Amino acid sequence: MPTLNDYLILSAILFAIGTAGVFVRRNLITILLSIEIMLNAVNLSFVAFGRSLGSADGQVIVFFVITVAAAEAAVGLAIVIGLFRHRESLNPDSFTSLKW
Amino acid sequence: MLLLIPLLPLIGFLINASFGRRLSKSASGLVACAVMVLSFAISVAAVARLVQLPPDARVIDQTAFTWFSSGQLSVDLTMRLDPLSSVMILVVTGIGSLIHVYSTAYMHEETDAEYARYFSYLNLFAAFMLVLVLGSNFLVMFVGWEGVGLCSYLLIGFWYQKKSAADAGKKAFIVNRIGDWGFVLGVLLIFTRFGTLDFQKVAVAVSQLGPEQTFGTLSIITLLLFVGATGKSAQIPLFVWLPDAMEGPTPVSALIHAATMVTAGVYMIGRNAVLFGHAPMTLEIVAVIGTATALMAGTIGLVQNDIKKVLAYSTVSQLGYMFLAMGVGAYAAGIFHLFTHAFFKALLFLGSGAVIHALAGEQDMRKMGGLKKDLPLTYWTFVIGAIAIAGIPPFAGFYSKDEILFSAFSEGHTLLWAVGLLTALLTAVYMFRLVFMTFHGPSHAAHAENPSSHSNPSNHLHDAPPAMAVALIVLAIGSITAGWLGWGGRFQRFLEPSFVAGAGSVRPDVADASLETTLMVVSVVVAAAGIGIAAYFFLKNRAAADRLANTFSGVHRVLDQKYYVDEIYDAAVVQPIEIVSEDGLWKGVDVNVIDRTVNGVGHAIGGTAEVLRLFQSGSVRAYAASLFLGAVLVLGYYLWR
Repeated sequence: MPTLNDYLILSAILFAIGTAGVFVRRNLITILLSIEIMLNAVNLSFVAFGRSLGSADGQVIVFFVITVAAAEAAVGLAIVIGLFRHRESLNPDSFTSLKW
Repeated sequence: MLLLIPLLPLIGFLINASFGRRLSKSASGLVACAVMVLSFAISVAAVARLVQLPPDARVIDQTAFTWFSSGQLSVDLTMRLDPLSSVMILVVTGIGSLIHVYSTAYMHEETDAEYARYFSYLNLFAAFMLVLVLGSNFLVMFVGWEGVGLCSYLLIGFWYQKKSAADAGKKAFIVNRIGDWGFVLGVLLIFTRFGTLDFQKVAVAVSQLGPEQTFGTLSIITLLLFVGATGKSAQIPLFVWLPDAMEGPTPVSALIHAATMVTAGVYMIGRNAVLFGHAPMTLEIVAVIGTATALMAGTIGLVQNDIKKVLAYSTVSQLGYMFLAMGVGAYAAGIFHLFTHAFFKALLFLGSGAVIHALAGEQDMRKMGGLKKDLPLTYWTFVIGAIAIAGIPPFAGFYSKDEILFSAFSEGHTLLWAVGLLTALLTAVYMFRLVFMTFHGPSHAAHAENPSSHSNPSNHLHDAPPAMAVALIVLAIGSITAGWLGWGGRFQRFLEPSFVAGAGSVRPDVADASLETTLMVVSVVVAAAGIGIAAYFFLKNRAAADRLANTFSGVHRVLDQKYYVDEIYDAAVVQPIEIVSEDGLWKGVDVNVIDRTVNGVGHAIGGTAEVLRLFQSGSVRAYAASLFLGAVLVLGYYLWR
């Protein structure tokens, strides 16, 4: 049986992968995907803690996070589409000014 | 009924102020005069009703509404008619009406709009003056007090395009402001001390106390009130505005700066006679200041050459007399002199106005002379006024002035009496110097010197037109007869209830008949001597006057320059303030401290922003990185703490 520590280590690795993805990738969609990975890393640690403490709180919070993440993904992708229409580019470095 | 008395002139003001532009001169003049005459008629009726009452109960109150009420302070807008205010309203509305009528002719050369503006100010003044004298408490009085100051300012500066007139208006307003400062402080102190502002309640509260022998609250209160009086009534040290106020139209000088407004200070002391009576030290100061002012202004009046300036200094001098009377506790005598003075000084001013009118604005007496023949009516009325002010019986001024001098003497102020007597001599001299220089002797004027500025079609001297003549004649009759009211002390007995708290306790009559007769003879002789001196120097032997002036050229110059009071004030007050304001406050504090602080704050924010903007690169990944770094740092701090 995997212990709580195993879950937390996996969560940390996932979070690190997500963070690295946000920093190094130059594609907005990939960055959004990396953020999703980070969110799910946190979700994992929530359910792991919930299970280990014998409480349902962790799972409840995860449901909230999933819901908000879905909304965030919808808005984020809409913005990405909007940006792409303007610049024909998905590189975040092309969007450094607030208006143009 | 009492409310109507100030309300009518106010209505006149509103009509002329709102529609005056569209009214013809005769219409706006008619409105202004009608409201004044009506107000006078109501005043007479009100006073007639007052006299019906027994002497101890002669008070009629009329409350319009409670003005405001806050904490223990409740102020009603109440008009109170008692013997003192009845004298004042008769003077204000009676002489005011005459001067309104006179003005319809005097101001005839103004345009319609200016004419209406003039009468609206004049009506407004009358309304405020009536509020001042009818108000039953300090705050209502203060409304009138400030209001007449405002109208004085507006009317002195009536010809505002003339710089000297505008300046004189400002000077009057600012100097009065200094006095008002004292008045307000006095009123506040009265409230904190007595908890009420009603004149009668204050008087009753004060009469419970004994006279204050040391310098205490009552003395401070009365001194502060007296500061207000010196401002309004042009006494040392605040008299400097009144001579300059002669820049205004002459009827204004007659109404505001001779007959009514400048006597407000005297009235105020009379109104608070009980309060002042319990502060003997203040009364002493009042008497000394009054006498000093009388003498000082009288000496200045001797050498002035502007006809209105002479009258202005004469007014200051006579006001000094009134304060002398107040100071020695002869309140009735002071008010009596106020009453008679209103007649003959208004007459003298209006007479001088007729002269100025005839000479197309000329005010320098050296350019007049020999006008007796051309202006007989003006001449004779003027002479009546001059005799009245000089104090020759049976003319009005004699009775009141004699009463004051007698009171001063019998109260033991022999020095003040002597100075007062000397001033009486000076009064006779400067007044007849004026008469002789203006009306007698060779004619100096190429009489229509300035025909273009004066619509005088026949281009020769003309005596007063009917409207002016009426005012002159009525005032001349008043100048002769007004004093007779005081015969046997009737006037004084009528006023006496106003000067005591509640019923009774009228001062016993201590008049020593033989002493009074002696003093009377002395003052008549002095007045006659004054006229004689003036006749010698300015009628028979004009060269002797010039010789005398040359012999004592130093004295003459000091008098001619009015004791350099304006210059002293300029050096002592105005210049320091200007220097402090310009070099200290403006170039020092404002430029170096305030501006630098403000600019410094701006620069600091700009500099900080220069640095901070480096962080706003716009790169999303940089933001994410800094967010992450911050989170790691915070986490690290808590983990490895």
